[in-house]
Amino acid sequence: MNRVVITGMGIYSTIGKNIEEVNNSLYAGKSGIGFDQLRKELGFRSGLTGILERPNLKGELKRRQRVGMAEEGEYAYVATVEALKQAKIEEDFLDKNDVGILYGNDSTARSVVESYDILREKKDTSLVGSGAIFQSMNSTITMNLSTIFKLKGINLTVSAACASGSHSIGMGYHFIKSGLQNIIICGGGQEINHHSMGSFDGLNAFSVREDQPQKASRPFDRDRDGLVPSGGGATVILESYESAIKRGAPIIAEVVGYGFSSNGDHISVPNVVGPAKSLQMALNDAQLKAAQIDYINAHATATPVGDLNEAQAISKIFGLITPLVSSTKSMTGHEMWMGGASEIIYSVLMMQNSYVAPNINYENPDEYSAKLNIATETIKNHNIDIFLSNSFGFGGTNSSLIVKKIK
Amino acid sequence: MENQEIISKVNDFLIDEFELDEDQLIPTASLKETLEIDSLDYVDLVVIIEKNFGFKVKGEDFANIKSLQDFYDYIINRAQEN
Repeated sequence: MNRVVITGMGIYSTIGKNIEEVNNSLYAGKSGIGFDQLRKELGFRSGLTGILERPNLKGELKRRQRVGMAEEGEYAYVATVEALKQAKIEEDFLDKNDVGILYGNDSTARSVVESYDILREKKDTSLVGSGAIFQSMNSTITMNLSTIFKLKGINLTVSAACASGSHSIGMGYHFIKSGLQNIIICGGGQEINHHSMGSFDGLNAFSVREDQPQKASRPFDRDRDGLVPSGGGATVILESYESAIKRGAPIIAEVVGYGFSSNGDHISVPNVVGPAKSLQMALNDAQLKAAQIDYINAHATATPVGDLNEAQAISKIFGLITPLVSSTKSMTGHEMWMGGASEIIYSVLMMQNSYVAPNINYENPDEYSAKLNIATETIKNHNIDIFLSNSFGFGGTNSSLIVKKIK
Repeated sequence: MENQEIISKVNDFLIDEFELDEDQLIPTASLKETLEIDSLDYVDLVVIIEKNFGFKVKGEDFANIKSLQDFYDYIINRAQEN
């Protein structure tokens, strides 16, 4: 069995457009949340959203490479360029080796809506244009990035709701561990447009604390009233330890455990048993005891029931004394299909720089979050050797990853 | 619309939308080999022509258009029909 390491990371998010900016924001407890008036005009219950501008790729990519790329593909592209650079993987290497891609994505609404609007108006499919089909498939990120970077290994999109990005890393871990691939581009991309969020807004799951956007995302806080939708792109290069050593690549951290489960329960309401099972499975896979975990990056999205059940699941596995816990969604909002991958990056940055980013807006505990050791402010000089990151999604899909510092 | 005006409009969208350089736009240039307009680009040409000239092109019409001059001639003829 191969050891699996991280050799590159890249990110484009509401709290920074590269690794350095994101690290600074995490340390400072900076929020990326804002208010979008257009959503209110469209009839949204909440106008709150992560704020992120689309990158301008004209001049960097050819027209043909851009026209089929949806918004989340652009984010993922920028993140992947940064990650490949850090991993010291260049065009020539990609051309001569079987590098794969397993990327999380679970929607691509805007192009579907816009192309159908054209069809309704023009009544002629020939006027939709060539890019719409490639933008409007769930595999839009993997199909575009595999073409741009000329990838020749596994090429697959992982769709598992808000656990997509996390499962993509879990899948990549197993592909490399078993020797099927040496290097895989993993990650998650999430569109942030209003086209994709109307139906979710209709479930009354979003915070309506519109007068204080940056205080709206309040994971674990007693007065939380829902999540804030957000997005971007996050890429993690997974590689076998042997390959990384052979290439002289920077070894950033090691993925040592992956746990997963399905609740077999309600489509949108999470439970305690499923996440607890996923957590325990990750610990078993890593051959670690709960007490050896130095930090938990919680899934906690700030929905009343979700946070309540995750707090209980953590307590169930970790007992009365938990490691430091924070939900970076308090700053980023819920990055959904991207979140499981971005939160690995956030946690690795904390591990590299010896701090724990704060769970901002956590002012009062509820009955269950009171039992967790939640970081209410930046915990400086906190050594993290091993962390665990949770991601859960609709349909009761759960994923837990454990990452260890390379010494 | 005058022929020269049509040619100028075609050149404009080839430069703006297809990111071609002005000095590439030689009438004898092959659309496929020289200007690297591929089968997917033809799909977008249909959209752009409809937007600029108001008529719809059938995909099969492109079969006989090899050079940029052929393309100008086709647009000029169709524009005159409309």
